[in-house]
Amino acid sequence: MAVPQTHAALAGAQNEFPSVHIAARRGWLALDLPELWAYRELLYFFVWRDIKVRYKQTVIGAAWAVLQPLMTMLVFSLFFGRLAKIPSQGLPYPIFYYCALLPWTYFQTATQTATNIVVDQQRVITKIYFPRVVLPISAVLSGLLDFAISFGVFLVMMVYYHMVPTRAVIWLPAFTLLAILTALGVGLWLSALNALYRDVRYVVPFLVQFWMFASPVVYPSSLVSEKWRWLYGLNPMTGVIEGFRWALTGHGQPPGILLAASSAAVLLLVLSGLVYFHAMEGTIADVV
Amino acid sequence: MSDIAIYANGLGKRYRIGALTRQTTMRERLTYAMKAPVRWLGPNRNASSSGPRDFWALRGISFEMRKGEVVGLIGRNGAGKSTLLKILARVTQPTEGHAEIHGRVGSLLEVGTGFHPELTGRENTYLNGAILGMGKREIDRKFDEIVAFAEVADFIDTPLKHYSTGMQMRLAFAVAAHLEPETLLIDEVLAVGDIAFQKKCLGKMSEVASVGRTIVFVSHQLNQIRRLCEKVIWLDQGKIFQTGPTAQIAGAYEASMMNRSDGSAHVEGAPEIRNGFVSWEILEPRAENPNILNTLGTVRLKFVLRLSKPVSDAHHGIALYNHERQLMWGWGANNLRLAEGMHEFHYCFPTLPLRPGLYNWVVSLYDQGREIDAWSCLPEMVIATEVHQDRRDDWNGILNVPCGFGVRNLENAADAETVASARGKSV
Repeated sequence: MAVPQTHAALAGAQNEFPSVHIAARRGWLALDLPELWAYRELLYFFVWRDIKVRYKQTVIGAAWAVLQPLMTMLVFSLFFGRLAKIPSQGLPYPIFYYCALLPWTYFQTATQTATNIVVDQQRVITKIYFPRVVLPISAVLSGLLDFAISFGVFLVMMVYYHMVPTRAVIWLPAFTLLAILTALGVGLWLSALNALYRDVRYVVPFLVQFWMFASPVVYPSSLVSEKWRWLYGLNPMTGVIEGFRWALTGHGQPPGILLAASSAAVLLLVLSGLVYFHAMEGTIADVV
Repeated sequence: MSDIAIYANGLGKRYRIGALTRQTTMRERLTYAMKAPVRWLGPNRNASSSGPRDFWALRGISFEMRKGEVVGLIGRNGAGKSTLLKILARVTQPTEGHAEIHGRVGSLLEVGTGFHPELTGRENTYLNGAILGMGKREIDRKFDEIVAFAEVADFIDTPLKHYSTGMQMRLAFAVAAHLEPETLLIDEVLAVGDIAFQKKCLGKMSEVASVGRTIVFVSHQLNQIRRLCEKVIWLDQGKIFQTGPTAQIAGAYEASMMNRSDGSAHVEGAPEIRNGFVSWEILEPRAENPNILNTLGTVRLKFVLRLSKPVSDAHHGIALYNHERQLMWGWGANNLRLAEGMHEFHYCFPTLPLRPGLYNWVVSLYDQGREIDAWSCLPEMVIATEVHQDRRDDWNGILNVPCGFGVRNLENAADAETVASARGKSV
C-alpha cells in the first residue's frame, strides 16, 4: 500500500537530486546556484528557526529588536548631539542617528550571528550534508525581521517629527540589499575563519566597534575631507548609511561616488568571501 | 539504466596528526610557523613527533552496491567505518578517489540532528525533517504517521526541553524512519531507546529494506547486522579486509574479535598449575577457527581437562548460554572416576540449530560436591550459519531451523498438493 506513494515521492525527488558525485572538490566559488535552489527549504527552515528561537524565554520578546537601536539612538543624541554638537545635516538628532542605526544594528547582529553560525551548528555540519553556504546566508537573512520591526518604529518617529518621505525612498531596497550583502561578505569570511581559529569570536566585537567609528554612524560623512571621500567609501557601510539617511529623509546628497566605491567593495568582499568559504567548505567538518 | 546504486573507486581519506588543522588558535599557528624553519634545518625532521604526520583513515576503498542491496559495514573501532560513511554522506571529502551514488541519498549519522530544545515537538519535526532532506509538503504528508510512530501525540506542542530523553529519541527516530531516499546511510543509530522501541525501530528498518531501498549500515551489534544485511564489508585499518555474505563474514569477524580479547590466557597462560578445563574446540565440522560453527549438521566438540590428582566420584556439568546469558541447554554426568593427568571430554550433537551469534559453553567438574572447576569457555562459540527464520524482530526466535512447507486440500482429492496461494479458494 505504501509502495506506490513511495515511488511517487522518489520520482519527484529524483528530478531535484540527481546522482551524487563524491570526490575531492574542485572549482572556485562556494555558490552552486542550482544546488542552493534545491536546498531552499532548508534555508527557509534555518531562518525560521533562528527567528523562532531568538527571543524565546525572554520577558519582553521581540521588543528587544526595538529597544536596542532606540536606546543607542537616545544615548547618541544626548552625547554626540546635544553635548558634542556634531552636525546632523539639519535633521533632528533622533532621526539623524536612528536612520544610521537601522542598517548598522542589522549589520552588527547579522555579522555576529553569521560569524558564529558555523561553530554553533557544528553538530549538524558533522552529521549531514548540505551546501554549507546556506548557514551564513540564513544568519544574514534571519536578522531582517528585527530590521523590519525597528523600521516600524522609524515610521512612528517620522510621524512624530512630521516628516514626509521624498521620492528618494525608492532607493531604500537597494541600500538594504547592499547592507545584506556586506554582512554576508563579512560573514562568509569570518564564519570560515572562526571554524579554524576560535580567536575570531573574540575579535569580532572589537572589529564591529571600530568599524562603527569608521562609518558615518555618529557623524555625517561630510566631515571627511573631499579628497579622501572615495577611500572612505571603500567601507561599504558608508554607502549604506549615507544612502539610508538620504533615502529616508531626502536630506544630504545622493551618495554618488561613495555608493560606487561601496558597491565595488561589496562585490569584491562577497566574491572573495565565497572563494574563501569554498576553500574551507571541504574541510570544515574535519576541523570545526 | 544500470542497477548500480553506489560505486566507489579508490576512496581514501588522510588526516594530519599534529598538523596545522589541529592548531586551533592563531597563536599556536604562528608559533608553529616560527618553529617550522628551525625544525626544517634540524637533522631528523621526519622523526619529530610533534610535526605533521599523515594518517590514512581510509585507503583504496573500492566497491559496488546494487540497487536494493542492504550492506553492513563492520570493523573494530578506528577501522574507518564511520569515515567511509561520512564520505558517502558527503559530510567530509575524500582525499583521493571518487564515488558515485545514484538517486537521492539520505544519511542518518545521528538521530535528532539539529533538534532545538526551545522548539516544540512539532517545530522540531519540521526542522529535523528539513535537515534530513525532506521538503515541507513531504513532512506535512507524513506528520501524523511520524507522531503516531513516536508515541508523543499528547506532547507535540510542548517544547522539546520538557521531553524525556526517551521521548526525544523516539521522535528523532520517527522522523528519520520516514525519510524515503533511494539510498540510506545509517550509523549505529538503532542503539537508542528502550528494548521495545529498539525492536520497533529494527522492524521499521527491515520494512524499509524490503521495499527495495539501498542501505549502508554501520553497527557494532552483529545481531542487528545479521537481521538487516545480506552482505557485509569488513574494514580493518582503513582497508577492505573481507566482503561477502553476512553469515560467513560476520562469523569470521566475531571469531577474530574473540582471538584479540584475552580469551587464550586460560589456555596458554597457566596450563601447568591449572587443575581443571584448559581448552575446548569444535572437532567437526573443522573450520579455520575451531570456535566457529557454520553448519546445521552434526557437531562434535572436545573439552580438555587437566587433573593434578585423581577424582573418584565426580559430577560433570555442561551448559550452553547465549550472549544474553539465557540458558540454551544443560546436561550432566555423575559417578565419574578419572585418573590424574589429561582427559578429553567429547560431545556429539546431531545439530545445534541456534540463531547465529555468540554463545558460551560452561563446563564444570565437582568431586564429592566440592568444585574443582567451572569454566566459562573461551573463546566463545560463534554460530555463523545461514538464517532460516523471519527477518522481522518480533518473529525470530531462539531456534534456527530450516523447514519444509506445503498445503493439502482435504476436500478435493485432485488438488491434493497445492501451493499456499491457492488456499483462499479452498476455504
